[in-house]
Amino acid sequence: MRKRTTWTVVAAAALLATATGCGAADMTRQSSPYANAAGDGKTVTLSVQSWVGARANTAVAKYLLEKELGYRVDTVQVDEVPAWDALSQGRVDALMEDWGHPDQEKRYVADKKTVTDAGELGVTGHIGWWVPKYFADAHPDVLDWKNLDKYAAQLRTPESGSKGQLLDGSPSYVTNDKALVKNLKLDYQVVFAGSEAAQITQLKQFAKEKKPFLTYWYEPQWLFNQVPMVEVKLPEYTDACAEKGAADPATVDCAYPTTPLKKYLNTEFAKKGGKAARLLKNFHWSKADQNEVAQMIAEDRLPADEAAKRWVQRHPDVWRAWVR
Amino acid sequence: MSSATTTVAPQAAAPPGALRAAWQRPAARKLLLLGAVTAVLAPFAAARWGSGAWPSELAVSLDGPLGRANDWIIDNRDSHWLFLHFFGHISNAIITAVRTVYVVLLALGWAGVTAGASLLAWRLAGVRAGATALASFAVCGLLGMWVPTMRTLALMIVAVAASVAVGALLGLAAGLSDRMFRGLRPVLDTMQALPAFAYLLPVVLVFGIGVAPAVLATVVYAAPPMARLTALGLRGTDQGVLEAVDSLGATGRQRLLTARLPLARRELLLGVNQTIMMALSMAVIASVIGADGLGDRVYQSLSTVDVGAALTAGIPIVLLAIVLDRTTAGRGSWAGVPRGGTGGHDQPRRRTRTATTWAAAIAATVALGRLAGTTWPETWTVAIATPVNEAKDWMVQHLYSGIPGIGGTADWAAQYTGWVLDPLRDGLQALPWWGALALVAALAWLIGTWRTALTAVLSLAAIGVLGRWEPAMDTLSQVLAAVAVTLVLGFAVAVPAARSPRVDRLLRPVLDVFQTMPQFVYLIPVVALFGIGRAPAAAAAIVYALPAVVRIVSQGLRQADPAALESARSLGATGGQQLRQVQFPLARAELLLAVNQAVVLVLSVVIIGALVGGGALGYEVVFGLAQGDLATGLMAGTAIACLGLMLDRVTQPTKEANR
Repeated sequence: MRKRTTWTVVAAAALLATATGCGAADMTRQSSPYANAAGDGKTVTLSVQSWVGARANTAVAKYLLEKELGYRVDTVQVDEVPAWDALSQGRVDALMEDWGHPDQEKRYVADKKTVTDAGELGVTGHIGWWVPKYFADAHPDVLDWKNLDKYAAQLRTPESGSKGQLLDGSPSYVTNDKALVKNLKLDYQVVFAGSEAAQITQLKQFAKEKKPFLTYWYEPQWLFNQVPMVEVKLPEYTDACAEKGAADPATVDCAYPTTPLKKYLNTEFAKKGGKAARLLKNFHWSKADQNEVAQMIAEDRLPADEAAKRWVQRHPDVWRAWVR
Repeated sequence: MSSATTTVAPQAAAPPGALRAAWQRPAARKLLLLGAVTAVLAPFAAARWGSGAWPSELAVSLDGPLGRANDWIIDNRDSHWLFLHFFGHISNAIITAVRTVYVVLLALGWAGVTAGASLLAWRLAGVRAGATALASFAVCGLLGMWVPTMRTLALMIVAVAASVAVGALLGLAAGLSDRMFRGLRPVLDTMQALPAFAYLLPVVLVFGIGVAPAVLATVVYAAPPMARLTALGLRGTDQGVLEAVDSLGATGRQRLLTARLPLARRELLLGVNQTIMMALSMAVIASVIGADGLGDRVYQSLSTVDVGAALTAGIPIVLLAIVLDRTTAGRGSWAGVPRGGTGGHDQPRRRTRTATTWAAAIAATVALGRLAGTTWPETWTVAIATPVNEAKDWMVQHLYSGIPGIGGTADWAAQYTGWVLDPLRDGLQALPWWGALALVAALAWLIGTWRTALTAVLSLAAIGVLGRWEPAMDTLSQVLAAVAVTLVLGFAVAVPAARSPRVDRLLRPVLDVFQTMPQFVYLIPVVALFGIGRAPAAAAAIVYALPAVVRIVSQGLRQADPAALESARSLGATGGQQLRQVQFPLARAELLLAVNQAVVLVLSVVIIGALVGGGALGYEVVFGLAQGDLATGLMAGTAIACLGLMLDRVTQPTKEANR
């Protein structure tokens, strides 16, 4: 009796091994189970990040892929850094807006060659610290970081306690703010709003009551049209500082660089993706274009597809070149 | 907390005679012993390591090793044999399975799936369940959520099948072997007390982000109830029946298949039901690690505070939960009715007929599906996002703040944060670490045994050792405040429900619906009402935990011995006196259970509240996932698990303590 059970188990294990192919199964080559379910090889998976600019890129790319080229497009919410891993594993095909991740670039593009550089998006990104214009007009010297401590008392909130509040947004964004506050010995506390949307809600509330605030923010961003802000000058960005920061992020003590935003594709997709890969490589638009779509999504509350449709109808001159 | 201090304080000042009298009472004896131990150890600890937060000398930083392990895994995921020949196959099997189910669902088409699900629900649980299924699937389609719903369903089917298989096997082992049962039971109990978020990081570490890790996390989360109920069902078999079967000369296998398993059917079906509900809850949360489907839509919308879009994806989740629960729970009660007693000869013919009916139904469903097309027609959808957002904006403008007299929701949120959460957090963080340990030990020992007290203290110490003391105290303050509110509200609702059958009848369906909803769904409305921060997280937690508390408390109160109540009434006790002096004391075990459940449920939501600005430990998990910094996320995840274990043990009443 016992012997028979053992044999059954062995047989089952053998069967299982045969069924699964017995050999190696590389999980980095396994795509999403939902991809290409129709079986016609015309599905593209785009990663979406939480900020509105990235949603605008993806929305327009999705619209053109579906309506102009006849693909089926899946979008998956993945933050920037995990998106690199997902890209490398082929679980998503494209990352449309990367704000500069030297570590990941080295690992996946240079060493493993599983991710391919797909050129620039056409938009230049800049991260910095900003104060509202009404506050800067009243106190022009706040625009130099050396004077920030003078205003710490005015920028206190319940969440920042006895220090001034430096408002950060989503935990997924590129930020050195904690290191900056420490290394520049500022009397500030970095407070994370939890998401960009939360940060925007908060900034609008401050602006409505004409309260002062200091926030981590970036360009291009549609919110500038509604809440005019002025950048605070941080110690100048230098190559030496960048190298130091690359070695140990906790030592950064200078401003953020100005980054040309880039697109990345999964290498396999870049080679075999046909027209879809070509479109994503050619995708190149201006700050104004991106802001136009972003504002429709975030401010006018249009569904992303609808916003993309309107932009596509207004600007055939821009995108015609991409689909050729 | 207050009960401990009030009992200690008078004793300290009492004369020796009173001390000896106090010694007679077990609770006081425990406290005195513990007080003595603390009095000896605390000055030493305070002198050696200070009296603030957990001393850094006693903390171990695992950032370095964990970070290196993470890098190693990423670099070797496509080359090392462990991944190629072991994890790779697991991942492959899951992806193949989900894909197969998904393709089948798509091939059935929207009409096929809707008709098939309705038929199945009808067959298993009656006409009403069938109608519910029909309406629910139609609404999913109408909302334009057909494809995400099918993805979640495909993932669920695979995850539930795996959970039931794993759970049943474990349960079988634990049901048949005493040693296995003793070993497994605490593990299963603990797993059920841990928040879902704690399970995400380890699978991401190995598998990265995607559907395979999401399914695995779901299986790990959903299998314990199945295992537990299977084991309990098998062990609860009537000894008389077993003896009878033995005397008929049955072999071990016959005994299992013909007597023990059929007799445990009710538990088995209840296990399947619970597993399905847990799996749905987790499948939605797992969108944070790439599960796709409905959860992903909610997650995307929450990150942009787009309440309308979140609700569009949230409604199908709720409907799916209701359909699954009604269908499987209906099956459970129906199975309790003994059947098959009438003429054994009838059985085969009936089975043939059923099979024919089924084959015909399936064929018709498939044909219907092929005719109607794969996905829901795009023109048949209703976009509710824009009107919902307009309603939300209206609410924000009118309810948010400045309503004369009562203030607005944002004002309440600010007051709750400023007057309850902040002082509590500052108090907990200012508490000397050895004091916190002693306090936890005292509470756990008073309510439970020295074993639960030891586990609780060790868990709390582990949080300190991991260096997560301050965020853990932040989370703890959110949990304690929310639990207090939950209990107050819960008792306020449960007492009338226990006293008046009419209130109970009104309440029951509401509780049913609320108890089946996945945790993630509760985050949507609170963002609309309270904005972002710790207050909305607390509100979600309270609403989530309330139904369980109401149900347990009202049940406990109603079970109070009628004779005891009658005699109290004949002595002229008022309603309030009856409640305080008869019903509450008699329902002590249930009340403690309610507290325990409230703590466990609140913690699980406070943690995912990080997605709406709750901060603390949950935020660190989100941060770890978002930045690919798994070391931070994993440590926070472990700390969450420890916190869950500690809170569960502190509030866990045991038989010994009830004696």
